[in-house]
Amino acid sequence: MDQHIAGAIENINPPGTTVMRSRKSQGVVRRLVSIIVQRLALAVASLFVVSLIIFGSVTLLPGNYATAVLGQSATPESVAAFERELGLDRPAVERYVSWISGAVKGDFGASFTSRGDSKRYVSAMVAPRLFNTMFLAAIVAIIAVPLSIFLGVICAFYRNGWVDRILNSTTLTVISVPEFFVAYILTYFVIMRDNFVMTGWAQALPTWLSEWLATGFAAIPAFPILSDVAPDMGFIDRLWMITLPALTLGLVTVAYMMRMTRAAIMNLLATPYVEMAHLKGVSPFSIIVRHALPNAWGPIAYVVTVNLAYLITGVVVVEVVFVYPGAGQLLVDAVRSRDIPVVQACTLIFASAYILLNLVTDIVTIVTNPRLLHPR
Amino acid sequence: MSTDTRGFEARQKGGNLLEIRDLRIDGFSNDTWHKIVKGVDLVVNRGEVVGLIGESGAGKSSLGLAAMGYAKPGCKITGGQVLFDGEDLVGCSEKRLRELRGNRIAYVAQSAAAAFNPAKRLITQTVEAAVCKGLKTRDEAEADAIELYRKLQLPNPEQIGYRYPHQVSGGQLQRIMTAMAMICKPDLIIFDEPTTALDVTTQVEVLASVRILVEHYHTAALYITHDLAVVAQMADRIKVLRHGNTVEEAPTSEMIADPKEDYTKSLWAVRNLYKDPSERDSVLLRVQNLSASYGQHKVLDDINVDLPRGRTICVVGESGSGKSTLARSIAGLLPPTHGSVLYEGKALPGDLQQRGRALLKKIQLVHQIPDTALNPRHTVGEILSRAVQVFKNLRGAALVAETVQLLERIELGETFYDRLPSELSGGQKQRICIARALAADPELIICDEVTSALDQVVQEGILKLLTDLQRQLGVTYMFITHDINTVQAIADEVIVMKSGRIIDQGLKTDVLAPPYHPYTELLLSSVPKMETGWLTGILEARSAAPSAVVSS
Repeated sequence: MDQHIAGAIENINPPGTTVMRSRKSQGVVRRLVSIIVQRLALAVASLFVVSLIIFGSVTLLPGNYATAVLGQSATPESVAAFERELGLDRPAVERYVSWISGAVKGDFGASFTSRGDSKRYVSAMVAPRLFNTMFLAAIVAIIAVPLSIFLGVICAFYRNGWVDRILNSTTLTVISVPEFFVAYILTYFVIMRDNFVMTGWAQALPTWLSEWLATGFAAIPAFPILSDVAPDMGFIDRLWMITLPALTLGLVTVAYMMRMTRAAIMNLLATPYVEMAHLKGVSPFSIIVRHALPNAWGPIAYVVTVNLAYLITGVVVVEVVFVYPGAGQLLVDAVRSRDIPVVQACTLIFASAYILLNLVTDIVTIVTNPRLLHPR
Repeated sequence: MSTDTRGFEARQKGGNLLEIRDLRIDGFSNDTWHKIVKGVDLVVNRGEVVGLIGESGAGKSSLGLAAMGYAKPGCKITGGQVLFDGEDLVGCSEKRLRELRGNRIAYVAQSAAAAFNPAKRLITQTVEAAVCKGLKTRDEAEADAIELYRKLQLPNPEQIGYRYPHQVSGGQLQRIMTAMAMICKPDLIIFDEPTTALDVTTQVEVLASVRILVEHYHTAALYITHDLAVVAQMADRIKVLRHGNTVEEAPTSEMIADPKEDYTKSLWAVRNLYKDPSERDSVLLRVQNLSASYGQHKVLDDINVDLPRGRTICVVGESGSGKSTLARSIAGLLPPTHGSVLYEGKALPGDLQQRGRALLKKIQLVHQIPDTALNPRHTVGEILSRAVQVFKNLRGAALVAETVQLLERIELGETFYDRLPSELSGGQKQRICIARALAADPELIICDEVTSALDQVVQEGILKLLTDLQRQLGVTYMFITHDINTVQAIADEVIVMKSGRIIDQGLKTDVLAPPYHPYTELLLSSVPKMETGWLTGILEARSAAPSAVVSS
């Protein structure tokens, strides 16, 4: 084909193995760094736009915080005085500038629930909640991501076999019901551990079956139904407390990630290079792990990102079910009480999480795709 | 296998290596099973190269894969035996087949670009078969691979393996794939159209290196192709297949000199077509000092061309020479950075968006691959009547009548009106594409490699159709091709392009006759001829005068 390319190879590469290899890898690192710097700059720019949107939409929310707190009967004077105390009387641009300049330094200002001298700082309110959310998300991610990729590979390997069918129908069931339902089902099992014998089921079912079920339920550890973690708890205690929410979120995210991994691999099994690998006598499992999987990292990284973002920002329903003090609950409470600084802080943090995770996905996609990493 | 069959002597001794008996393969498509291979016998002796030729759909590839005990998804071997070294591969265990594949039987696929995993370095893929079977350590295998790269005359053999597939050219990939097949020194290699996707100058290099290796190691090979001239250079014996049946089989020299069956003769039909070139009367379209680029990369450099009215002008050159880009620039798909296109003396807007419908009507484009150019969910009638409707503003019965007339013009007829593209053969699809271009009553049709994806018999039909249409309608063709036989069959004038420049142009009889431009001579001499000693001759001639080989 391209004769000039054949010539180019000879010209570009000087002889001498070690020199050339190291020079080439340097080029790759430099390219990667420049891509990351570029994307980071883009991320900062998009965060700025997001902050404008957050501030704008919160300002546009109907209702007035002062009248809501003071009630309908408040005099205009007292409303004005209250607004002055909170700084709401200043023009929007000025408020935005002071908010964003503080936020850059990690200072999100004081909550509207501050009274007089006893200031409640937003950062102090958000930090422990955010830590809880991150802790839960990290535990789930550490277990769920490798597990789902492993299960996805297994499903692709035993495609249309019984392992694949069982895993597929189970995960389909899990993603077809809302996550709070999964949470309640898990809670129900734990409750049944102690109470099964007393239920109507135990009486109605044949004795052998209810005894068998009772032993089964008794085997379930006594997981705490309320994940009421305290700030001074040790690591192990914390882990124990969050078993059920982690299990719920794990089931839901594994389902998505596993199905996507399977689909991404299956898509590649009809490609000519997979057929070529068959004709080279490569074993079926090696074909999936060594030939299909390396080309599937892009879509897999994407679905992992979406699920990690969900773990950080979207788990409020599960937090409510298990009364877990996470950032999601804080945000919902703040919206209900119109505590604007907290709402703004939480949404900005969530947005940064999204942007950062997407940045990581982009980098994973580039690093795993030689076409992007090594130009012609 | 207890006996060592890899010894040089063992291979020279001869004897059956592969014996296929009454093989039957069925394929599943359109909800039914079809017979693809209907009872074929084939013998390959040790160290012998057997050529397998036939048009597409003849079952050559299925037969080639069956020789490895493999059937493509959707196909199954329904009967017969594949005896490799006395062992029947049909019904053999998967484990045993894996031991044989890549080790004692290897495969070289048609499209190297698709057959290499884009995510892995070339050398990793080259040595995989040897390493994963535990035959060699990784280091030994890599050293062997580099040695093979050197034998195959790849540039920079120590380094090229550490590149990724997208970083090397098609001809190099094809040679690396040959190295991949040779890594375990197999007894038998199946070559499945290894040079079909390459242009002539590259094809010669690949053919030469394949032959060097096969001769050096006395490897037996099954060489599948639809080009008789190519197989004549490689094979000791040739077998012709059609519709899954054997047509005839004979030693190469006998087959070339005296084919028994009419069908075999028709396989090189296109080589016997010739159009007497006629001088131009007037100029339809003039390209002046045209330059164009993709981003920073300049692909056309100061092109000056006249397209004569009612004639065919062929643009030839290897891939990457800018042939298709010139067509895209004329059609308005790639606005030029420099220069202009004059249509009947008036300047054409560079961008398609700025051309009026009357102007769009006059220039039509037919693409290389008809499968992707036709909407698979529209019937032939819908595809054609849409074009008629747009360009002629017809409705109702008049629209149907005009569409049917178009179908008759391309020798297909009314019965094709309700068919879907998937129900047509490659040649029929290409005819539909031509009909769609004709719907606009164009003055200029740009044909971009329209026959390259078709086999010779079908090519002949399309070329005859195009010539007839030109006689009836006076339409002008700009015909892009890399095949010199096609040029002989259809051209009045020829343009030779290389690296975005025009090397030579003029009347066909002037350009393709001595004295040649050196590059034109290289192109011409690279076209395989229908004689057994051609490759040997050309290689000797080029090694004697090395300047002719270095084409860049």
